[in-house]
Amino acid sequence: MTESLAITKFSDLANPTRFLALAQRILPYMAGVTALLFAIGLTMSFTTEGDYQQGDTVRIMYIHVPAAWLSMMCYSVMALSAIGTLVWRHPLADVSHKAAAPLGAAFTLVALVTGSLWGKPMWGTWWVWDARLTSVFILFLMYLGLIALNRAMDDPSRAARVSAVLILVGFVNIPIIKFSVDWWNTLHQPASVMRMDGPTIDGEFLRPLLVMALAFTMLFFTLHIAAIRNEIWRRRIATQRRMAARLAGRGD
Amino acid sequence: MSHAFYIFTSYGVTALVCLMLIAWVFLDGRSRRRELAELEASGIRRRSASTGQETRKA
Repeated sequence: MTESLAITKFSDLANPTRFLALAQRILPYMAGVTALLFAIGLTMSFTTEGDYQQGDTVRIMYIHVPAAWLSMMCYSVMALSAIGTLVWRHPLADVSHKAAAPLGAAFTLVALVTGSLWGKPMWGTWWVWDARLTSVFILFLMYLGLIALNRAMDDPSRAARVSAVLILVGFVNIPIIKFSVDWWNTLHQPASVMRMDGPTIDGEFLRPLLVMALAFTMLFFTLHIAAIRNEIWRRRIATQRRMAARLAGRGD
Repeated sequence: MSHAFYIFTSYGVTALVCLMLIAWVFLDGRSRRRELAELEASGIRRRSASTGQETRKA
């Protein structure tokens, strides 16, 4: 009984009209929470101590790590939506992965640029073709490819199906990115937060990092919901214009 | 502050990209809302809205 109620609730949410009503209600709160988290996170980022070896460059971590985490989370959200497209053929799932791609590309770009700006003073180089950096660069190219593919096709549901297949094939890159630092000898350091034996970085750096990660995650979900809403509107406009054109044709 | 150039460029680029994303989503939403209002004003509505019924799967 509870399960069927949960499924009904979920399918209600998947109805675009209900989604729009929900988005209208929650977006202002989400934007408010995001702004508040950024205010706290940025204050902590610049008031906590610097590292004894890295000095103040450790502050780059508070934006680099959340952006890198989002670049992978966004792709995972797209992969879940792609399953929704291929298995349930749900139009809201199509809209979800189409709306997420530009956001993922932007956060991946931020991760690459801030990583490069951190690499120069700490490693002595802007870029190196090690497994972690290369696999994230491939992720960036995949986002760009998906955006281009979606825009190259006129029929949105056909574009969504082709994109969904490509997203799921490309998902293989996500574990490669995550474990690249363990599988290969990389200049990039191994994980120090998401570890089986717990974080290995000091609380002084962990606290601002977690607040910033939460702020970035909230920013992503706020923008994603707003972008889904925009895409639903865009499709409704296209349908209504087609309908109007048909009516006008019948009038002649 | 040591390495100020690298730190502030990182935060600057991040702020710029995030603000561009926010502006793009906001302006896109505003334009779509305006287009929907124009269509509505010219008497073109969604079928479900014009009949006052909402299609819902059982």
